[in-house]
Amino acid sequence: MKILTVNFLTCAVKACKSSPLSFPLHFQDAELEQSDIEYNAAFLRNILPRVDWEALKITANELGFTTVPIEKPDLTPTSTATDKNPVRLPINTSEPQATDEKTMRDLHTLLLETEVREGKMVCGNCGHEYKIKEGIANFLLPSHLV
Amino acid sequence: MDYLIRFVQIRETFRRPEIEALALLANVNIDFLSYTENSPYSVVRLKDDVAAKMLIDRSISSKGIYELWGEGTTYDELHANVRHRSFSQWTLYQSCSFRFEFDTFSGSRTLAEQRSIIESFKYLGFNGPIKMKNSEQTFTIFEEYEYGNPNGPLRIFLGRFVGGSQRHVLNEYTLKKREYINTTSMDSELALLTANLSLAGEGKLFYDPFVGTGSFPIACSHFGARTLGSDIDGRMVRGRDGKDIKTNFRQYGLLSRYLDGLISDLTHSPLRKGRWLDGIIGDPPYGVREGLKVLGTKDGSRKEAVYIDGEAAHLQDKYIPPKKAYSFEAMLDDLLEFAAEMLVDGGRLSLWMPTANDEDVELGIPAHPCLELISVCVQTFNKWSRRLLTYRRVADSQVEDDLPVRQKMEMKGSTANDLNSFRKRYFEGFKTPLAGVSIEKPATGES
Ligand SMILES: [Zn+2]
Repeated sequence: MKILTVNFLTCAVKACKSSPLSFPLHFQDAELEQSDIEYNAAFLRNILPRVDWEALKITANELGFTTVPIEKPDLTPTSTATDKNPVRLPINTSEPQATDEKTMRDLHTLLLETEVREGKMVCGNCGHEYKIKEGIANFLLPSHLV
Repeated sequence: MDYLIRFVQIRETFRRPEIEALALLANVNIDFLSYTENSPYSVVRLKDDVAAKMLIDRSISSKGIYELWGEGTTYDELHANVRHRSFSQWTLYQSCSFRFEFDTFSGSRTLAEQRSIIESFKYLGFNGPIKMKNSEQTFTIFEEYEYGNPNGPLRIFLGRFVGGSQRHVLNEYTLKKREYINTTSMDSELALLTANLSLAGEGKLFYDPFVGTGSFPIACSHFGARTLGSDIDGRMVRGRDGKDIKTNFRQYGLLSRYLDGLISDLTHSPLRKGRWLDGIIGDPPYGVREGLKVLGTKDGSRKEAVYIDGEAAHLQDKYIPPKKAYSFEAMLDDLLEFAAEMLVDGGRLSLWMPTANDEDVELGIPAHPCLELISVCVQTFNKWSRRLLTYRRVADSQVEDDLPVRQKMEMKGSTANDLNSFRKRYFEGFKTPLAGVSIEKPATGES
């Protein structure tokens, strides 16, 4: 499971959704793997504004990564979606100055090329453990939690 | 400038919504000057060839687009219209290599007839070499006959080929050649159409909550989207015999675009709430065989954790979570609510659902105040049909408050059979086939 995906996951228990303790989930016994993923600046630019930066820093720290910038890179889109043209992605002819190429490449490596193959994710609110096996996390809940 | 779109004459209700979606994606303005469901030919107005090429490049419902040089109901009319409409263009193509082609719909022409018709266009004054392969320009004579009436075409067009569609990938993506499939894998052509309707594209993130063997994520990733899938059935996500969804992505060289597969249930989704998805595509299970299941207990009560040998049962590997019966309508409502919470403004939800082809059990089209219904496409089978519904997430500022939110049906302790009207009808058999319903042709029967 990719680190980017982890940033979009929280505890599946309904009662936990409102608790700030349920996000991000915390790793235990995580085994990591690196893979080669084709770099795509358009996707990174689109997705970074949706990444919860504080949660990413916690996750990265738990997994032993220290390369996450303290602040989210400033991607100041040159155009935002408008209602008339709701699907237009920000089109930048040049990389925004605030974000250099290296920062983007490092984020690509962390968010998309780093995967958790085995381990557990634990909810900080209810303590439920979600297992990850062969890179796939299981979020089905036992009967006392649904 | 006027252009002729050459549609495929199958799954007609998908065609115009697809082209409209592609116009939005390509950011081109399009006006339909003529379009009917019973013709493969549609005349549209576009800015120029560049717009026409961009529009048609991703299309699955059409074969190509042509600059319209003339139209008529007889050849006399056609020639007069060509002279009037395209006279100024003729000199542009005077010396390039070229060829003429015939495209007859519901009719046919002998080679001798074709030759004499082609010769009747001599006045265009093309002096370049005729090349049957790789010519610089291709001119096509389109003849549309009334079905079963060979006495001359109803409509004739002359067009100059401008751009081809995406249909050349269909052979590559066919399920017949895909490594990991099962009986519920969505047909690849329909999956690609769905991806177009939902505006899947470069840089975007798409999610399929009923991922199965990955048909929709593959189609979305073909068009450049990054994709995420989940399924309540862990066997689907994990794969079998060493083959899984990733095997498919690898087969198409798209592995970099597949983010992850999760084992999860839509009613207890682990996805963080927020507007971070560009698109959601799904073919929710109707539960025809087993009845729909979601996590939960039959009577709605919470149970105490069970311990076996001192370890909590639910933490053991062989643990099977409890599932309860769930109506299809309730699932659709949950899916729409989920989409409203997760989609970015302008993001789309495309979902498949059965129509059930019978006035008794016609399933209503689900509605949500934050989701504008964009298109309803229908695929008709022998005894039933299904719909592809596409919605657009409207900005919160544009949500109309007075739209009623459909009440959810809380059903406890019922059997799947009571809950799921479609499933009930399926087992009772659809008694009365509707008159006048056209039957889906096999994929190879396209014309
Ligand atoms: Zn929890």
